[in-house]
Amino acid sequence: MTQAWSGLNSRMLDALLLVALALAVWQGLYEYAGEAAITSPLTTLGYASSLVKTSSFWTHAKATLAAFGYALAISIVLGVVLGLVLGFQRFAGDVAEPVLVALYTIPKVTLYPLILLIFGLGVSAKVAFGVIHGVVPVILFTLNAVKNINPVLIRTSRVMRLSTWQTISTMLTPAVMPELITGVRVGFSLTMLGVLIGEMFASQRGLGFLIINGINMHNVRMMMAVILIVVVFAIAANGLLLAFDKRMHRA
Amino acid sequence: MTRNAAISLTRIAVIVGGIVLLEILCRRHVINPLTLIPPSEMVTSLWHMFGSQKIWDDIAQTFSTVALSFVLSVTAGFALGALVHALPRVRRAIDPLLASYYSIPFFVFYPLLIALFGLNTVPLVVIGFVFATAAMVISTLNGLDRVPRVMTKTARILRLNPARAVWSVTLPSAAPYLFTGLKLALAYSFIGVIAGEFILSGGGLGYSIAYAYNDFDNQTMYALMMFVLVIAVVMNGALHVWEQHMSRKRTRA
Repeated sequence: MTQAWSGLNSRMLDALLLVALALAVWQGLYEYAGEAAITSPLTTLGYASSLVKTSSFWTHAKATLAAFGYALAISIVLGVVLGLVLGFQRFAGDVAEPVLVALYTIPKVTLYPLILLIFGLGVSAKVAFGVIHGVVPVILFTLNAVKNINPVLIRTSRVMRLSTWQTISTMLTPAVMPELITGVRVGFSLTMLGVLIGEMFASQRGLGFLIINGINMHNVRMMMAVILIVVVFAIAANGLLLAFDKRMHRA
Repeated sequence: MTRNAAISLTRIAVIVGGIVLLEILCRRHVINPLTLIPPSEMVTSLWHMFGSQKIWDDIAQTFSTVALSFVLSVTAGFALGALVHALPRVRRAIDPLLASYYSIPFFVFYPLLIALFGLNTVPLVVIGFVFATAAMVISTLNGLDRVPRVMTKTARILRLNPARAVWSVTLPSAAPYLFTGLKLALAYSFIGVIAGEFILSGGGLGYSIAYAYNDFDNQTMYALMMFVLVIAVVMNGALHVWEQHMSRKRTRA
């Protein structure tokens, strides 16, 4: 118990040190570049806390969250379904896997004009762009989870004469779940990246737009505050998913 | 026909079939030519563009930026990885950082980098570097973790000096993981630089695609898009083939 506590404490200390280091680098950059390029941590935090009380910020935040929510739902459902199909159909899976890996490594930003021409300016283009970023890792993780199911499990369920439904609920689902959660975690981050890049390039609403508008309007304070909010949200969400992910892999 | 050959042939057939289908749909105007131009037109448009100096300037700019970002991120990533591997306490502290590194949408920092360094190639190199370095650090750590104990023991028994030990024992054992790091660093540098150019910059392939989009110049835009995607696929494919070649040599040796 005490050992667990001291382990937890030292991890907390490490996390605090990391945050302190990041703040020190930030402050250093501020001292070096000055007010015109970057605002100090303290000013940014102050501005961010007043920004989240304004309704115009929430209009943009809601636009981003809505696009992100749709994109994430589509990425996960589509990714898991395709991953399961390609995982169980070995031949199709082997045909598709290198193509998917190639899709994962291409600079998808270049496809954004195509998405805009298909969907027009607006929320559906942002959703589509989030999906093309997020869906591939979900497919790949699900595919590999299915491919790596221990054959003993399937034989055991046959020996025990489990029904199809029982096999799925007691054998297959628990077997693929941990990898699937990892896929969802990676998909979560990349979907968010996709939505934000989409807003930075061609959009009139959303947090990505606020950031790029900050640079165009020389509103450094706004830009820094929104960057801070986005990054803190991303790290917090990933921290929760990572904790869940680790628990699934241990169980 | 072996299973592998069947898989490769099917893959090629699916890709070629997809392109042919796209060509037909575009030519029959099922797909509006204002949305997408036929693949054959992308090729001819690109061929014409190769005749002018403009595209070669873009190519030179983009690839020199990618190359700089790639070399810097591999060097720094390897050095940091080796350093952190030697200091277990530091490693435990930065472990959560490495685990959540790629959840940070780094492109939101790109406007900040422009504010810091100006609208030139420096922010592009930095964003590519920031995006690629962590992958190299993680791969280096993985590689050094997997050097078999028996190998390091053998090196000690043979009384190799540290430099020899690293050169003839550590590096060869870690090589496959380091290679994965190189592959990711290249892909991430490329993605980072192109994305930066695309969002806000003064030149390069990404910039020219965004410019053509704003100019309603679909011929140029799709030619460049195709060019960038083909380059990315060829680059990754070549590294993949090279990797497989090396791993086959390793298992034979």
